[in-house]
Amino acid sequence: MSTDTTGVAAPGTPPTEVAPTQVCASTPMGYGSMRRKEDARFIRGQGRYLDDIALPGMLHGAVLRSPFAHAKIVSIDTSAAEAHPKVKAVITGETLAGLGLAWMPTLSHDVQAVLATDKVRFQGQEVAFVVAEDRYSARDALALIEVDYEPLDAVIDARKALDEGAPVIRDDLDGRTDNHIFDWEAGDSAATDDVFANADVVASCDMLYPRVHPAPMETCGSIASMDPVTGKLTVYTTTQAPHAHRTIYALVAGLPEHKIQVISPDIGGGFGNKVGIYPGYVCAVVGTIVTGAPVKWVEDRSENLMATSFARDYHMHGEIASTKDGKLLGVRVKVLADHGAFNGTAQPSKMPAGLFHVFSGSYDMAAAHCAVTGVYTNKAPGGVAYACSFRITEAVYLIERLVDVLAHDQGWDPAELRMKNLLKPEQFPYTTALGWEYDSGDYPTTLQKALDIAGYAELRREQAAKRERGELMGIGIAFFTEAVGAGPRRTMDILGLGMADGAELRVHPTGKAVLRLSCMSQGQGHVTTFAQIVAEELGISPDDIEVVQGDTDQTPFGLGTYGSRSTPVSGAATAIVARKVRERAKIVAAAMLEVSPDDLEWEKGRFHVAGDPSASAAIADIAMAAHSDLELPEGVEGHLDATCVYNPPNLTYPCGAYICVVDVDKGTGQASVRRFIAVDDCGVRINPMIVEGQVHGGLADGVGMALMQLMAFDSDGNHLGASFMDYLLPTAMECPSWELGETVTPSPHHPIGAKGVGESATVGSPPAVVNAVLDAIGVRHADMPLTPAHVWRAMRGEPIRTDLAIG
Amino acid sequence: MQVPAQFDYERATGVAHAIALLTRYGPESRLVAGGHSLIPMMKLRIANPETLIDINDLDELKGISIASADGADALRIGAMVRHTELLESPLAVEHFPILVDAERVIADPVVRNRGTIGGSLCQADPSEDLSAAFTALHAVAVIEGADGRREVSAREFHTGPYQTVVGDAEILVEVRVPIRPGSGSAYEKVERRVGDWAVAAGGAALWLDADTITEVGIGLTAVGAEHFCAAQAEDYLRGGPVTEERFVEAGRIAAEHVRPTADQRGPEDYKRHLAGELTTRALRRAAARAQHGTEA
Ligand SMILES: Cc1cc2nc3c(=O)[nH]c(=O)nc-3n(C[C@H](O)[C@H](O)[C@H](O)COP(=O)(O)OP(=O)(O)OC[C@H]3O[C@@H](n4cnc5c(N)ncnc54)[C@H](O)[C@@H]3O)c2cc1C
Repeated sequence: MSTDTTGVAAPGTPPTEVAPTQVCASTPMGYGSMRRKEDARFIRGQGRYLDDIALPGMLHGAVLRSPFAHAKIVSIDTSAAEAHPKVKAVITGETLAGLGLAWMPTLSHDVQAVLATDKVRFQGQEVAFVVAEDRYSARDALALIEVDYEPLDAVIDARKALDEGAPVIRDDLDGRTDNHIFDWEAGDSAATDDVFANADVVASCDMLYPRVHPAPMETCGSIASMDPVTGKLTVYTTTQAPHAHRTIYALVAGLPEHKIQVISPDIGGGFGNKVGIYPGYVCAVVGTIVTGAPVKWVEDRSENLMATSFARDYHMHGEIASTKDGKLLGVRVKVLADHGAFNGTAQPSKMPAGLFHVFSGSYDMAAAHCAVTGVYTNKAPGGVAYACSFRITEAVYLIERLVDVLAHDQGWDPAELRMKNLLKPEQFPYTTALGWEYDSGDYPTTLQKALDIAGYAELRREQAAKRERGELMGIGIAFFTEAVGAGPRRTMDILGLGMADGAELRVHPTGKAVLRLSCMSQGQGHVTTFAQIVAEELGISPDDIEVVQGDTDQTPFGLGTYGSRSTPVSGAATAIVARKVRERAKIVAAAMLEVSPDDLEWEKGRFHVAGDPSASAAIADIAMAAHSDLELPEGVEGHLDATCVYNPPNLTYPCGAYICVVDVDKGTGQASVRRFIAVDDCGVRINPMIVEGQVHGGLADGVGMALMQLMAFDSDGNHLGASFMDYLLPTAMECPSWELGETVTPSPHHPIGAKGVGESATVGSPPAVVNAVLDAIGVRHADMPLTPAHVWRAMRGEPIRTDLAIG
Repeated sequence: MQVPAQFDYERATGVAHAIALLTRYGPESRLVAGGHSLIPMMKLRIANPETLIDINDLDELKGISIASADGADALRIGAMVRHTELLESPLAVEHFPILVDAERVIADPVVRNRGTIGGSLCQADPSEDLSAAFTALHAVAVIEGADGRREVSAREFHTGPYQTVVGDAEILVEVRVPIRPGSGSAYEKVERRVGDWAVAAGGAALWLDADTITEVGIGLTAVGAEHFCAAQAEDYLRGGPVTEERFVEAGRIAAEHVRPTADQRGPEDYKRHLAGELTTRALRRAAARAQHGTEA
């Protein structure tokens, strides 16, 4: 029982009843929907998250934050806070400047203030750090710090950031006279203009992908502990990329890298929010150095929402060209990217707009071009986070909205228009107009499957009948192509670190094994999935494989988990180390059976002599023999282990077809998602249940972004979404029972044919929901989130600008 | 984690004791009931009371029952009744379904299990739901202080946002809703997401004699209705027949008199529109219930 337990509906089942995935009763020897090994711990409340850790003598830090979006710091008086009986240290920008740590490099060739020295540049920016005996006293002492600010005009509307006379936010940078960060282009501009000049039909649309926040359940935090005797710094921290953090601490703080250990305990959700290094982490490190005691800093919810990495914030002007009978020809887009006060996006460093330039999407198009301009505003830094696959979320939203806008203008059916233009299976591998080489996929079958599950024609009939009665329902479609598994080190690096990842596998003498990974689960189920990959390759039960991650002293170097890269990169590394171990095992088995390795055949879990299945050696026996006095051939080292660094030859390209059905209350503007059909192709599914869980989460994200997640700023730069009362996450009540389907086109270049899936649904679902709501109300375009107020206003032709305060 | 500033804590054993404690500790002390409004404000350090006086042990403030006085019945709801208790109360379902409608859309089960009726009214949030429901029902608040008890109409209970007539050393003891025949009531709310505070919400109660409206109450929340009340729309309806046109007109009148303010839940014009739309919808359902029973 391994791969026959997926959730594919049996032939003949009615379209709306998609059978849920069956979970294997016993642990499969390889792939299959087994229960997650880590859940026994989590559901018993035995997860060990950062805030569960208490070190002896540990002190607590708290951050004083700016109430202003833009202000000069005239003076900071910490004397009253220092006099508090439980306060051990008060650290300011001045303290840090003395250590050369007032500023730190960002992941995007910029610097960011650790604690503000000259000015504050966004509301919530870090100004001072108090270390005290308990977290209550630390908070109490914040109120005792007196900061004299001189408020300055703030740049809040990104569209005005480059205006003549706009306040210059980054006057800390030499010679800065404006808020411009970068201009960046991709595609052939002349060829694209040519296509547009000769096209029968052009549809254009301004759209905003608003600022949103990943809002993981667990906020960010860290405990820094410097051992004064050994000089070793241990940092427990909520990081999706422990090795990258260690290297950055070494580079930023000038500490020797071998004397730094970064440990990621269990992480309660990351979604990109836990990739970067935040000022609070650096302050905790300084705090332990200054006080000689371990220092814990954990941000609260408002701090998380206000100051840590947001996502998106792309103002886009998109255009799409087609022939008069609906053959898509080209797409071009101008983007104004709001990067906040410091350019701190975390993406491959040669790509300032991340992987946005996959925006030609899933269609056969002759030409495409984008021009992206990044600007500073008085908002928190960040920009790539929240399960976006390095801005593919924005790209997919753009193209899938444009296709619907075109269909709306021309009166075409959006399903037909897509079907007509999707890439055909025989076109793969397909090089897009923007230079990506899509590896594999069967797009038409995927879309057809979604249409079948939805019962598309029947839905359109129902919609027409409802319209007659004055009721509003809408059907929205999105087809996405993801590009995940960054990436080939030739083109992709972060801070100069190539995006390859390591894996180490050791089979113990008794046949149990330990797998060490450079990636880090934040809830994705790595402990299970990666054990299953080894099981599939070696025939060792997943229950007998320990998966170690998150501790830089225990794991090989690699860049961590984000951008759906764990399975494409570390999964490949895992399959390869397992195969290397199998090769060694073959030599050992040959010695045991006294035959040539060439005479051996592999069946899962054992080698046997070709033609004589009774002469065999099981993997556990081979492991024991490998550690024993058995004489091995010349040059064979013994033991059973291997290492691998996997440098991906290309990205993997998952795809999916999503259909959303909504009902809209005409009188109140409330939209509710009635059905959601998601057919995903992520190549080979290792644990289908985990895959479906990832898809469920991403679909809920999409409903949230499309309908409620709102992070606007008023004209003074006050953050209007700084708590869960204001920044709404979707609940089960807003989510229908998801209807999932699958197609499987293995990645031809990946050792096990798997593609990433962690972000597919987050990337694909927002346009499906938006397209559905706009289809219901017959409106060409309105920006997310489509709150009841916004839907009502859109119906009246007065859509709301969702990045600014509603006035 | 958000943590409050330091405070002292006292546990009251009876209403008189609680009043004595309030008197002793003065205006810097606060009663704590369910704590679902007060504690978050303390954690955000918006509220910094020096002393908390816990009234969770006060049996006198608990329970939902029918109280009879001078031949008239009233539904009595103790101030310490939890939202969940009211939501599940058969007496509420039978007499005032508006309360059940409203409770179903207040916060979420976790908050409803602790949050109380008294705490909700005394918090006096301008978006609070029960204030609108009790306004529609012409309810009466019973307040106790060192000098004994007094009764205040729900319509005079609030003196402004986050302000009520309950004095520093007083306690809201219970809410009474007079029971009269021929009633029907309903509550309508628009929220951005389940558990969210209202973008706008409104409740209506009707008392019918055949097809004539003998008494009516319309409560609105989150839209800047004076005393949570749509008094002009009530005046328009009182004494007239039940018709769809008149309910639409009552909605129009209600919308005309509210003073909503724009915020991230919506612009002013939308909230004004909702005030009318929800008034009409609540009246429709209240009438159907008066005529055909609660199932309607
Ligand atoms: C996430 C969330 C969502 C919510 N959503 C809604 C919603 O949609 N609609 C809604 O209406 N409410 C909502 N609420 C508020 C909720 O109903 C609270 O329970 C209620 O506001 C306060 O009740 P409490 O018992 O918790 O009061 P507490 O927090 O204990 O007290 C609130 C105030 O009332 C005072 N007080 C309490 N009892 C008395 C008394 N007997 N006499 C005098 N003063 C008293 C206290 O001193 C304090 O000042 C929400 C709350 C939360 C946390």
